[in-house]
Amino acid sequence: MFMNLKVNDKPVHPFRVIVDKEISDHIRSWRFIILLILIALACLGSVYTAVTNISATIKQADENAFFFLKLFTVSDGTLPPFFVFISFLGPLLGIAMGFDGVNSEHNKGTLSRVLSQPVHRDYLLNAKFVAALTVISVMFFSLGFLVMGFGLIITGIPPTAGEFLRVVIFILVSIIYVAFWLNLSILFSVRFRQPATSALAGIAVWLFFTVFYSIIVSIIAKAAAPSELVSEHQAVRYEEMILNLFRVLPSQLFSDATTTLLTPSVRSLGPLTMEQLVGAIPGPIPLGQSIMLVWPQLTGLIAATVLCFILSYISFMRKEIRAR
Amino acid sequence: MDTNIIEVFGLTKKYGSFTAVDQLTLSVKKGEIYGLLGPNGAGKSTTILMMLGLTEPTSGTVTVCGINPVTNPIEVKKKVGYLPEDVGFYDDYSGFENLVYTARLNGLPQVEAGKRAEDLLSRVGLHDEAKKLAGKYSRGMRQRLGLADVLIKNPEVIILDEPTLGIDPRGMQELLDLIAKLSREEGLTILLSSHHLQQVQQVCNRVGLFVGGRMIAEGEISSLSKGLFKNEPFTIEAGVRIPPEISAGTISEKLKSVEGVLTVGFDDGRMIIGCSRDLSTELASAIISSGAGLTCLNKKTYGLNDIYNRYFENA
Repeated sequence: MFMNLKVNDKPVHPFRVIVDKEISDHIRSWRFIILLILIALACLGSVYTAVTNISATIKQADENAFFFLKLFTVSDGTLPPFFVFISFLGPLLGIAMGFDGVNSEHNKGTLSRVLSQPVHRDYLLNAKFVAALTVISVMFFSLGFLVMGFGLIITGIPPTAGEFLRVVIFILVSIIYVAFWLNLSILFSVRFRQPATSALAGIAVWLFFTVFYSIIVSIIAKAAAPSELVSEHQAVRYEEMILNLFRVLPSQLFSDATTTLLTPSVRSLGPLTMEQLVGAIPGPIPLGQSIMLVWPQLTGLIAATVLCFILSYISFMRKEIRAR
Repeated sequence: MDTNIIEVFGLTKKYGSFTAVDQLTLSVKKGEIYGLLGPNGAGKSTTILMMLGLTEPTSGTVTVCGINPVTNPIEVKKKVGYLPEDVGFYDDYSGFENLVYTARLNGLPQVEAGKRAEDLLSRVGLHDEAKKLAGKYSRGMRQRLGLADVLIKNPEVIILDEPTLGIDPRGMQELLDLIAKLSREEGLTILLSSHHLQQVQQVCNRVGLFVGGRMIAEGEISSLSKGLFKNEPFTIEAGVRIPPEISAGTISEKLKSVEGVLTVGFDDGRMIIGCSRDLSTELASAIISSGAGLTCLNKKTYGLNDIYNRYFENA
């Protein structure tokens, strides 16, 4: 905690002081320990199914290219693969780390005490974000590297540089995805006085996106479905419209991005016509091309994250800080 | 000593159509203890928040130590220690750790922060509880910890919002003594808000009476009472037992006919008589001759309580 063994007695920038405190609070909290156990279990489970099924997968494939990435994507259907787990548990993690960030400080009466110290008001908000993101990043990177390490030990095949980079980028994308949910829940924690309300609001958005939104889209899809006689061009446009409707979802953006990154043979995220495929040699595309393919998705995710952050920033900066 | 540390001019804060603070002007001199006195919801806390830049004024200006807290809150917060009403601490940290955290937010290095925290904890009498979790502190201990928390940044001014709220009488007395001692020994300027008259009367050099967002009177307590009761400098309270055959009205009439009596009020068996000079004997004989029984006769002196009540009647 505060009493470090190594005494380095220089004044520390107040922002660092707040971030340090937030990180130590997160790590010592039961909430984080529970989430960590949950995600570690998911990770272990998916690695187990991947490893048990990987031999069958390798036999199917004509070459054992990108074998290492299969650790993250292969599943026999009993347990979802690692990246699906992340897309499911990521929102939970983000919401749990942020939903009481500001309002609990307010309710405890510590907010007005901290803000009456000579620190800029946004330090507190930024520190909450940075601290939670640091903890999440460390967790994801260690889990990702653990999965790779297990794969290495069990199968004995080392990853290529390209595979390693793809995994690192996959982890970065996952962190951005969780950062979106984290910012959304921090926004709710600024807006709502009760932590329970803000947690519920976060979960409501999550449920809406995962369950109800797809129902709504399918209703729209049915209503707008063209007849079977329409031109190919129109059919493609219809398909694209439905896809774009889904792409409002952060989870859709995330799964588009991760599938492309972890499965190098994916070369398009939309419908492809036969003409477009003429002359194409089936095979994996290079990392640069994969990133180019998911660039819009990445930009979208980052934009949504930044948007939530800005909204909470604005409402926090102009908020009146009353004691309790 | 006559420089103004806090200057407030024409300060107004509106929440929608509700005006919380209305055209407030006040100044606090260096080294004095100034009491902001007023009932709940009078706008005391709002005024304090504006002094610290924690909320923006609708109009008007505030300067603290010559700095505008709206445009430069950091500089103000370096010099001003603020103890909010019902202060909160991180419950899962000890009192000592809470203080060290505040000290480090103020840019003190770790070791020095620890030393200062220890020093202050023994000054406010919490030395034995330093390692106890702040969540286990009693209300009075929390408030004393709050005072240590305010002092850790070596402030020039301290602002205390309802510092004695919810503390038992003994704890309150200790806290007030501590505040008075601080002002004396370190030459700190102290602004404290309260709705508790006795305390303010006890420690404050000057008070500002605050009702409905307006300052209705300001000054030293003695001058306040002079100003307010100048028409009726003497008030005599008489306990009267009225026999059934006469009404209270006739006694009032009789008393009013005594020369020098200005007002007569009747309140639950007591007559409150305002007069221009000391008329105790004349009033006693007037009451007895009217046929009523006189149970007691009391010359009143004005405390803040009376001033307070009187102002609220007018407001």
